[in-house]
Formats: sequence, C-alpha cells, structure tokens
Amino acid sequence: MSSREAMLQKDFVVREGGSFLFDRAGEHRIFTPEDLTDEQRHIRNAARQFADRSVLPRIDAIEGKEPGLMRALLEEAGELGLLMLDIPEKYGGLEQDKTTTMLVTETLTRCASFAVSLGAHVGIGSLPLVYFGTVAQKERYLPRLATGEWIAAYALTEPGSGSDALAAKTRAELADDGTHYVLNGSKQWITNAGFADLFVVFAQVAGEHFTAFLVERDTPGFEVGPEEHKHGIKGSSTCPLVLTDVAVPAANVLGEVGKGHRIAFNILNVGRARLGTGSIGAAKYALRLAAGYAAERAQFGRTLDQFGLIRAKLGDMAVRIFAGDALGYRTAGLIDKKYAALEALSPGPDDDDFQNAVEEFTIEASILKVYGSEALDTASDEALQIHGGYGYMAEYAIERVCRDARINRIFEGTNEINRLLLAGTLLKRGMKQRVPLMKAMQAVGKALAGGAAPALDPAGDRLVPEQEQVHRMKCAALYATQQAVSRWMLQIEDQQEVLGALADVLIDVYGADSALARTLQLPADGPAAAFAADATTLFIEGARDRVFTRVKQVLCAALSGDKRDRAFAELALLDHWRPIDVFAVRERVAAAVVAAGGWPL
Amino acid sequence: MKILVAFKRVIDPDARIKLTADKTAVDTESVEYKANPFCENALEEALRLKEEHDGEVVLVSLGGEDITQTIRAGLAMGADRAVRVEIEDKALDSDLAARIFAAVYKEEEDVDLFIFGKQAVDGDNNQVGQLTAQYLGLPQACFASEVEVDEDAGEATVTREVDGGLETLAVKLPAVITADLRLNTPRYAKLPDIMKARKKEIEELDLDDLEIEDTALKIEVVSLEEPPKRKGGEIVGSVDALVEKLKNEARAL
Ligand SMILES: Cc1cc2nc3c(=O)[nH]c(=O)nc-3n(C[C@H](O)[C@H](O)[C@H](O)COP(=O)(O)OP(=O)(O)OC[C@H]3O[C@@H](n4cnc5c(N)ncnc54)[C@H](O)[C@@H]3O)c2cc1C
Repeated sequence: MSSREAMLQKDFVVREGGSFLFDRAGEHRIFTPEDLTDEQRHIRNAARQFADRSVLPRIDAIEGKEPGLMRALLEEAGELGLLMLDIPEKYGGLEQDKTTTMLVTETLTRCASFAVSLGAHVGIGSLPLVYFGTVAQKERYLPRLATGEWIAAYALTEPGSGSDALAAKTRAELADDGTHYVLNGSKQWITNAGFADLFVVFAQVAGEHFTAFLVERDTPGFEVGPEEHKHGIKGSSTCPLVLTDVAVPAANVLGEVGKGHRIAFNILNVGRARLGTGSIGAAKYALRLAAGYAAERAQFGRTLDQFGLIRAKLGDMAVRIFAGDALGYRTAGLIDKKYAALEALSPGPDDDDFQNAVEEFTIEASILKVYGSEALDTASDEALQIHGGYGYMAEYAIERVCRDARINRIFEGTNEINRLLLAGTLLKRGMKQRVPLMKAMQAVGKALAGGAAPALDPAGDRLVPEQEQVHRMKCAALYATQQAVSRWMLQIEDQQEVLGALADVLIDVYGADSALARTLQLPADGPAAAFAADATTLFIEGARDRVFTRVKQVLCAALSGDKRDRAFAELALLDHWRPIDVFAVRERVAAAVVAAGGWPL
Repeated sequence: MKILVAFKRVIDPDARIKLTADKTAVDTESVEYKANPFCENALEEALRLKEEHDGEVVLVSLGGEDITQTIRAGLAMGADRAVRVEIEDKALDSDLAARIFAAVYKEEEDVDLFIFGKQAVDGDNNQVGQLTAQYLGLPQACFASEVEVDEDAGEATVTREVDGGLETLAVKLPAVITADLRLNTPRYAKLPDIMKARKKEIEELDLDDLEIEDTALKIEVVSLEEPPKRKGGEIVGSVDALVEKLKNEARAL
C-alpha cells in the first residue's frame, strides 16, 4: 500500500487550519511518526544510509567547498531517487506525499549544508514548476530536475528587499514583438546559485506586476556573482545574481503575470514545514552528539552523563524533540490528508488542490518553522555546552551543527515575520468566520464571567490532568485574544508585540496539543508509552508557564485599572499550577536518552 | 542463472542492546533491525552475477511475518522475488536452518548457486552455509573475496582469503558460496526500487510444506553475558598528556 493510500484508509479526519485551538485534544486522530508505513521507513533508512555513508564522511571537503563536490553529491542523491519524491510520475518522479519528503529532510539535516542545497533544489527550486508550470514547462524541465541532471534555485531576495519580498525591484519588460521579456536587476543570497542550471526569478512586469520567470543559467546577460562567506552552512552555495538585459521567452513565465506572490507564498509554506521538521532532525543529531560525548567524557571521576545538570539538559532536549516530532508530522499529515481529499473530490491535474491544501495550513506551517528552528537552536546550544571547551573547537561536529542551526531562524521568512503571519492569519480567519474564533472566545468569556472555567469532557482516562491543562491553555489563549481584539479591533495589526505574544501562545498550544494527542494515540502498554507520557507532562508544564506569562502580558497591555483586575481574577480560574516533581520526571526522560545514546524512539 | 541468496534479519549491530531478564536472549522490545551485512554482500554478488549472466535472484529468509520489511529491503536492492519460511527465531538453530535451506533449494529446482553470508552478525555461528552444502551434497567455497562464473564450463572460480594469502578454488555448479565483507560493496536501494519492491512476490512456506518433521534443536542457549561496562573515556589535551597517561595509568608503554 502506498503511503497515500494508507493515509486515506486510516481515520485521519480532514480538519481545517487552526482547528487545533478549537478541537479537544485527542478528539481527532492525528498523523504521528508511529503511523509511518514500512515503505516510508524504508525510504528513511535509504536516506539515512546515504547521509551516513556518502555525505558525512566528506563533511570537511563539503564545508571547504571543494569544487564540484556538492554538485556531484546532488547527482549521487539523484541516482538514488532522493530528488524525485515530489515530482509527478508522469515527469519521471515518484509523486510521494509531503510526509515522505519531510521524513527524508529530517534524516539529511545532520549535514546541514547538503540538506540546504538539496532542499533548495527539490523544494523552492522545483516545486514552483510542479505546481504552477505549464505542461510544456514541466516536460522540458522536470525530468532533468528529478534525476539531478539539472539543479534548480529560487531567486526572490534582493539587496533592498528581504522580508518585504514583494518590493523587489528587478524589472521585466515585454519586448515589442511579445515573444520575450527583458529582465534587469539583481538578486542576492541565492542558494545553489554557484552551480544551478535553472532559476525561478521573481521580477516586476512593467514595474508593478510581480511575476515568476524560469531562467536558464546560460541565458546571455545572466551572471552569477562570487560565493558569500557565511557564518554556517558553509558548504552550501550562496551567491548574488546580476541580470542585464536577460531575454526570457514569454513561454517561460511561470503561472500568471502579476500572480507571482501566490507562487512565492505557497512555496514558502511548504518550505517552512520542511524546514521545521528538518530542524527537529538536526536537533536529534545534536542530542546524539551530546549523549555520546557525555557518556565518554569523565570529570571528578564520573562520566558527564551521571551529573544531574547534564542529564537535565539531555532531558529538556528530548522533550522539545518529542513535541516537535508530534507537531511536525501532524502538520505533514494535515497537508497530505487535505490534498488527498481535494484530489478525491476533483481528480485530475488540478493545480489549485495543492495550493488550497497548503494555504489551509499556513498557521501550522509557520508554527512548525518557528518551533523547529528555535528548538534546534536551544538543543544545539545546550549540546555544545555539554561538550564544554571541546564543543568550541572545530574538530567536534557540534561546533558545526551549532553554526549551521542559526540560519533556520532567518530564511524561509524570519521567525518574526512568521510570528506576525501566524497570529495575523488566525485573527483574519476568525473575522471572516473561517474558523469559529468568535464563538469560542465568547464561550470562554461567558464561562469565566460566570465564575468557572469552561468544563472539559476528557478523551479517555489517560493523562487527564494533562488534558485539563491543555484545555485551560486554549481557553487562556482565547481569552487573551478576545481582550486584545476588543481593545485594538482592526488596529491590532500595528501591535506587533501583542501579535508576537499571541503567536508564542499559539506555538505552545499547538505543541502541547500535538504531544498530548500523539501520546494518547500510543498503545498504553507499548514500549514508548511511558517515555511519551513523561515527555508530554514536561512539555505541557513548561508550555503552561510560558503561555500564562504571555497571556498576562497581553492583558496588562490591553487593559488597565478595574478592568485589568477583573480580567486577572477571571484568568485565575484557568491558571492552575500543578505540583509536579519536574526533576524526577525529567530524570526518567534523561535516563531513556542516556540508555539509547541519543533520541530513544 | 538461478541464484538463491540466504537473507537474514539481525538486530542493528550499531544499536545498544539489553538482555532479557532470564539472560538467554536479547530484549527485542523497540530494537531496530537490519539485514545481516554479510547477507547484503551475498545479495550484491548475486545481483552482479545476474547482471553479467542473466537469470533470477531469489531471496530465502526464515522467520515470522515481521521480517517482511527486511525482505523488502533485499527486494529493493534488486532481488526478483523471495521465499519466506514461517518459523520463530527461537525455534531455530544452525542445523535446522540448514535443513530448511536445503529443502527450499530442492523445491526451487535448477538452482546454479546458493550464496550465504559467511556468518550472521548476531549469533556469529559461521556454519549454516557449510551445513547446507553438506545436506545437499554440493561443493562449497567459503569466505569468498572474489567470485567468477564460467557458465559454459559449469564452474565458479572463488578466491578466498586465508591466513597469509589467497586461495583460489574452482567449484562445479551448482555450489554453495559464503560471502566475506571484502567481496563487494553492497549497493544502496534506490527509491524507485523501494516502490517496486512492494509489488514483488514473497512466497510463504511453512515446515509442513517443506516436509520437515524433525524440528528438535541441537543447540540450546544457556546464558548470555553483557560485556563488562566500559569506564568513562577521557579526552586528553596534548600528546604529552597522552604519553603520560599511557605510561602511568594504562601502563601500555
Ligand atoms: C544563507 C542564506 C540563503 C538564502 N537563500 C535564499 C534563496 O535561495 N532565495 C532567496 O530568494 N532568498 C534567500 N535568502 C534570503 C532570505 O530569505 C532573507 O535573508 C530573509 O527573507 C530575510 O530578509 P533580510 O535578510 O533582508 O532581512 P530583513 O528583511 O532586512 O530583516 C531584518 C530584521 O528585521 C525583521 N523585520 C523585517 N520586517 C519586519 C516587520 N515587518 N516587522 C518586524 N520585524 C521585521 C526581520 O525579522 C529581521 O530580524 C537566503 C539568505 C541566507 C542568509
């Protein structure tokens, strides 16, 4: 059975984007790493084998940008089939679901330079063609991209426009005879530019219609500048482009003139989800390096992994990874399921199906991007700390992993932009009644005004206190949102710190909800159940503290005087601190990590 | 040519393992499995011979339903089909395994080569290939580091690494060969082949189908011991410090 068929068969309900805030945890089955098919695991093993045998042993040469090496490795990956997962069978691909793509990404990120190069090729480089290309464009380019014969790049950013991508200045003028466009301008920090053959270049037609073009490298006037010297992912190619009267055939307009933003944003959504899961994969690698080192290094007559403060770090990393896996695979599953459902409704090559499926989960994809990249930063930083001074030395892999981690908070939309986007999207959808935000906020407000927290009907009898805490976190999120919306109405868009706080709350809620749902789905007596339950308890307790702090900050910003006091009295009905011996629970999680020498699941 | 390849699933040799409470087996809760590396060499060699001489490569595996994933991994490398004989791991020893392999060989007919890994990295018994050859009355060439087949002559030339040099044997086909690590480098399974493997046939047989009645084991595992715990290692700052420690602590110098 293909993973797509499996996905349709299992009872994963198609949910709307943002519904995690309104559904009861455990109400609907979510996709989890435990649901991967044998075939997907097999593909993961193939990718892992490739990373361990072909990529990691050449890491120094890769990081030193040995000429031709990255390109050769990509071709090797192409021979193996690692570049064809997202490409339709018709055009020489394997047409796998997003879950499979993310699984592969997760495995490759232990070598970040390579993973970034591969990701830029198969993701932002090739996907615009897959989803927006004409038949002729696909026939011309996709089979070559599928094998790695050609490598793709994506050129959106310019010196003057990064986050504000639509302000790009590169111009495209239609020639008098209408056969081609003439492009002029410059692009910056384009991944793979050093050796890519095909570039998706964004430019303003007639100075105002934002449009994507397919530009071949050897087009006259198209110049690739020198490699940048970077802080991390040093093995990846990052160069500027200069376009001087580059003639691009009109047939190479990708999508419609003036609709470039749809391509840019939808493709970024997929990229974000991929980046998030990739980051969790790298965090697992950091955990393995840390656990391995801690088992070997002795101080004061004991190995480091016997010290409480070191074990605490290992435990904390594992907790973050557990929730990251849960929310990452849940998001992949949501996209795949929605896509499969849309396809089933209107079979055939209807490009809108994919865009709609991806757009639906903008909030989740942004959460995954922010959560994954920040979890990785903390994990790699703590893993370096466990190495002490040795971790600061280039000889140790963790030194590179730490540097490589940093980029993830910057590209594919900075984490600030993603925070604004995810909170803003929820509010917009609420106002348009696309999600039941208004109703849910009113229900919480009414219950609290009546002097009681809204009641929860738990899903089964496992982890009931945790279910209750997640429920209360959601209520608090809704309560803060309501107060903020009543205070600022539509002007809330200008309240970046409030939106940022709400985004933090949503990230924690999605993480807590996903970790809980994943654990509730595990067989109660299975080998992973105890570890999962401990990790879930810890994540929820940490998230709860953060959520209530942020909610209180929002209330203080939105309200003053009596109103504020009343709001705090109402919030107190939800704010329930549980006396848990966090050290003891974390110790059990750490023990599992130490015993496994890394990520234990 | 028709080539059978014995293909065994083992616990991932790189994984950390625990023993069961009674210390007679490895605790298999949540361990990862892999194909035995020597079996991968055997399969790789079979695939190369097939590429050169045409024919068919058939995997033969012994175990329960749960070894299917490992069998699929072999099919993804390029084997044409597989035979799985249903039997519990605990109910097997080398001798019974060899008798089962011999029975499958007879079922299959017209086999030219039966290639085994020289040993499985779990039990390290290094005898199933030899025993199978004995039960079938076939010539055997063990620990092969190079194999060449002359179909017209009905002969295989096998180079073996022996103490202090190489030995070259010629064996008449059909024959049993066991593969050493240096024989070849097993190929990666390609993703499209992983998909194709899903559709390849895995024939399922049980001991009744093979008319094997005597299932008594000749070997019993009495007990397993874990290796002594390693003391914490230490990273030394300089060559001098290393020499000092080798001299005074390890007393190796
Ligand atoms: C190694 C590397 C590879 C890259 N690869 C590619 C590629 O292949 N293709 C491509 O097109 N681009 C690529 N980029 C560019 C990348 O996408 C941009 O760097 C990113 O979008 C941020 O833009 P910027 O760097 O101009 O930062 P700016 O937009 O100038 O942002 C600077 C800071 O201000 C914040 N900020 C900006 N706007 C707001 C706002 N409205 N509200 C609050 N805060 C704000 C940002 O979060 C950030 O912290 C790459 C970048 C790097 C470093």
